[in-house]
Amino acid sequence: MAYIAVQSEDFDLSAEFARIQGDDTDIGALVTFTGTVRDMTGTLESMTLEHYPGMTEKLLEQIATEAETRWPLLGCTIIHRYGTLSPGDNIVLVITASSHRQAAFDAAEYLMDFLKSKAPFWKKETTEAGGNWVDAKETDETALKRWDT
Amino acid sequence: MAQLMYFSKVREQIGIGDETIDLPHTIATVEDLVAHLRGLGDGYNSALADMTFIRVAINQNHVGIDHAVTNADEIAFFPPVTGG
Repeated sequence: MAYIAVQSEDFDLSAEFARIQGDDTDIGALVTFTGTVRDMTGTLESMTLEHYPGMTEKLLEQIATEAETRWPLLGCTIIHRYGTLSPGDNIVLVITASSHRQAAFDAAEYLMDFLKSKAPFWKKETTEAGGNWVDAKETDETALKRWDT
Repeated sequence: MAQLMYFSKVREQIGIGDETIDLPHTIATVEDLVAHLRGLGDGYNSALADMTFIRVAINQNHVGIDHAVTNADEIAFFPPVTGG
């Protein structure tokens, strides 16, 4: 049921809405999250995302399957880009579909929390000063713990 | 032959993305393998110096440092992930 894609190309929100809705009229709630390339200081030239082909897809499938067992989802989409991106570019898209909003909101947060701590992607920022791998945040690990129950 | 894979900063420090090695019979766990790799050169030594900053996957599943390794495994070393 989940649509998973790891790709260098951009994604199109309205096309992904159409894909997840199909002709399913049970859906009453669609929640989307889009992560984009951030440039806090105005010095970022580009951001390059490396990943572990094979493991990435497998991890995203596992995370989606887990979300589908926890919430009554009618669909879920995870698209993550890799390669060299510019400030403002799309990085990741998560869409969750359900009959009611709470399940869709919760599942979208769950998917992003697990993706950020488990999916094998690494960001490298390039500025005029050179390249720098982004450090992992402890807050991302902390965010996972609320789903432990 | 075990397939070793390195990503991100680990790949840059070691200088290659992947290699195959015939595991000596003295290597039973990830920890043993790390000790062996550290002896292969400065790049390996600095990449794998502090394992609290390194994550390990065997056959594309996250594992701990005490996990068993065999010659049939795909073993990956990388920093904590930063996607999303």
